[in-house]
Amino acid sequence: MEIEYLLNMDNISKEYYGNRVLKNVSLQVKPGEIHALMGENGAGKSTLMNILFGMPVIHSTGGYEGVVKINGEKVLIDDPHKAMDYGIGMVHQEFMLIPGFTITENIKVGREICKPTLLSHIFGRDLEKLDIEQMRKDAKKALSNIGLDINEYVKVAGLPIGYMQFVEIAREIDKTGIKLLVFDEPTAVLTESEADRLLEIMKIISSKGIAIIFITHRLDEVMAAADSITILRDGEFVARKEIKDTSAMDIAQLMVGRKVEKLVDNEKMENIRNLRDDDLALTLRDFYVNMPGEMVKGINLDIRKGEIFGIGGLAGQGKIGIPNGIMGLYETEGTANAFGKDLELDKLGNALDNGIAFVSEDRRGVGLLLDETIEQNIVFSAMQAKDEFLINFAGLKLYDKKRAREHALKMIELLDIRCTGPSQTAGSLSGGNQQKVCLARALTLNPKILIVSEPTRGIDIGAKKLVLEYLVQLNRQEGLTIIVVSSELVELRSICDRIAIVSDGKLATILEPDAADVEFGLAMAGSKKDGDKND
Amino acid sequence: MTDKLKNMYASIGLPRLIITCFFLIMLLMAPPLGLSITSLLGDSIRRWAMYGLLVLAMVPAVKCGIGLNFGISLGIVGGLFGATAVIELGITNPWLAMLAAMLIGLFVGSLLGIGYGLLLNKVKGSEMTVSTYVGFSVIAFMNMIWLTLPFKDGNLIWPIGQQGMRNTISLEGSFGLVLNNFLDFNIGDLHIPTGLILFFLLTCFAVFIFMKSKAGIAMSAAGANPTFSKASGINVDKMRVLGTAISTALAAVGIITYAQSYGFLQLYNAPLMMGFHSVAAVLIGGASLKDAKISHVIIGTFLFQGILTVALPVVNKILPEGNLSDVIRIIISNGIILYALSKTKGGSK
Repeated sequence: MEIEYLLNMDNISKEYYGNRVLKNVSLQVKPGEIHALMGENGAGKSTLMNILFGMPVIHSTGGYEGVVKINGEKVLIDDPHKAMDYGIGMVHQEFMLIPGFTITENIKVGREICKPTLLSHIFGRDLEKLDIEQMRKDAKKALSNIGLDINEYVKVAGLPIGYMQFVEIAREIDKTGIKLLVFDEPTAVLTESEADRLLEIMKIISSKGIAIIFITHRLDEVMAAADSITILRDGEFVARKEIKDTSAMDIAQLMVGRKVEKLVDNEKMENIRNLRDDDLALTLRDFYVNMPGEMVKGINLDIRKGEIFGIGGLAGQGKIGIPNGIMGLYETEGTANAFGKDLELDKLGNALDNGIAFVSEDRRGVGLLLDETIEQNIVFSAMQAKDEFLINFAGLKLYDKKRAREHALKMIELLDIRCTGPSQTAGSLSGGNQQKVCLARALTLNPKILIVSEPTRGIDIGAKKLVLEYLVQLNRQEGLTIIVVSSELVELRSICDRIAIVSDGKLATILEPDAADVEFGLAMAGSKKDGDKND
Repeated sequence: MTDKLKNMYASIGLPRLIITCFFLIMLLMAPPLGLSITSLLGDSIRRWAMYGLLVLAMVPAVKCGIGLNFGISLGIVGGLFGATAVIELGITNPWLAMLAAMLIGLFVGSLLGIGYGLLLNKVKGSEMTVSTYVGFSVIAFMNMIWLTLPFKDGNLIWPIGQQGMRNTISLEGSFGLVLNNFLDFNIGDLHIPTGLILFFLLTCFAVFIFMKSKAGIAMSAAGANPTFSKASGINVDKMRVLGTAISTALAAVGIITYAQSYGFLQLYNAPLMMGFHSVAAVLIGGASLKDAKISHVIIGTFLFQGILTVALPVVNKILPEGNLSDVIRIIISNGIILYALSKTKGGSK
């Protein structure tokens, strides 16, 4: 049994500064099989691959526990070069190609074939002549090996994205003795037909006896191409299955499934809300947002007045783009309508004027002025957008320190912001307290709709609970409409009335929080499933 | 106790500490060489207040996010134009002349500043490089303008040829020394130009008040974190133009203050390096590329100008041979600039 596996990673654990990101994870890959590695964002896939490649980030933070075996032999890979020597290659998500070089040169870079010359006899290998003929032959062979019909002397610049990916693969194949290739979300940047092509190529490669680890979020692709699968969740090993013994439903369940702990006990809170389908707070029609990495490609949503509406989905699928588009931070198309009034999306600050406040997911980048005081951070938006906290002085609108201070103190008490006082700089606060400052700023605007993006990212469990509870309380007591955008399904399911899942920039489905795990899993993994679209 | 000292050290910063020490050493070396400390100090104070406004021009520039404004030459030529225009117009009342010169300077400076700000918005990320060259080119461009302006006043143009302005124009019949002599007094041979100092501090105060206004706060935020400001509905580009325009206009007023204290207008290549001197002064004062405060301006200008005024006579005494002292002057002033630029971090908090 030991011999059967090409790669055997046994009981791998890894800690970053006391934070356990991998707990006894195992991964086995047979020669010549396509093995899928799945899990949500933060499940530990990248860390596992970094261990396999001996990346410096692993070894500079104390190494890992567990055993890695290749062909049944225990190995210690503490350097990427060693991984290469063992025949492990990687096809990167962002292409590592030199645009001005030809395909041949890109495939052979660093491993050029040379012929000795007169000068090289005297001055050493650096002055040998390139054997272009041989390099071309090799490149051609590698390209035809993956069934790619393209001239090897073409420059990489200007090739379609899909072809760049294939050139990368050809480069890995060309390395002698390659036994295992890792594909890190290779289809993320490809069009559908290119992705199909890639899956075919993966099959061709594996039929030549090279094993493949295929990291992806897309269930369809796994079902179509993989032979077996390992599923991780929260740094833990969930299951290893043969694809023929399982189904997309099973996998989705395994990926998402976890005990739904109620983070917030919202049953107890008094509920005076009256949610009606014809009383809408925010409607999006054919909404496109051009936010790099989070493209929204045509979404229709109806958010009822007074509800907590969740928007979930995996990273990079476009959920983050929605609030950023509404606030006018990125280019948009389509319409957004708040309380019956169309927003002028190209006019900066128009959403603020229409009573929409936003707590950004990028706390340190967009959410805060790190070098300014808590007080300044809290009152800033209200001051700029609504002319509050200002006194008139000889025609100049001056900062009203006294009222700002009073308000800041009130907010600090209300939200329990742990600080030395309102003059502490926001940058020196902990993540949870920074989030509360962001929240305080949004609330200072007295919004009618509050959009909170990733409300609990990077904050500890206690603060998490407090923030979520406060959101529910605002909703129940003040009737505030809240839109929560989050990658954490658990928190969405514990506070939201309805949850929209966004996949590939489009609305996959809208689910009730107590819908089955399978449905969430399928929707997030972009599995094509007809039926309940938003109506 | 050691903590307190450490805190003090951190807030002063190594560069300022070294430069203060250098300044004090130079001052102490003066009496044995037969120089009067009080007159040296008096000179330092005068030059401090006279250069102050040009250095103050850095504050809005840094705050609005364009970084250190090497291009204050734009404002300087605007101010010089105002001053020459006033002489050409024949305004002889010193106060009126200065006021008129400043108003023309403000107007021209703001206009140039707006255009300059629009340009800087097109080159985000490399503002300092671009502004350096804008500063140099505008001086070269104005060299041609000074030669061709159709001014006729005998004080302005070359007596031979009747065309083109002189290198140095005396302000004796105009607003020369009008601020310096306002309420001035002497303590021994230490001369205090009260009016000049008051004007400098008042302008500092005005800028301080502006930074506390809605527009000023929005401008600082736009410089500190553009995306944050955008999310609060602030037009970041507009704020950058505003900051650049204020900086340039301040430089225009600054050169007029400078000229009245010096007693002469200097045209052509004279203002070429003034941008660099201002940048160096504010950096020594503790500013960084991201943050500059009024206090940085006040401290930095005093240290920078103080060293130049005190070190030169001292060096002159030690090395009396011919033009060596001028070489030393160039080495010292450029050395300070280089040092300040390489130590931009120390004491920035």
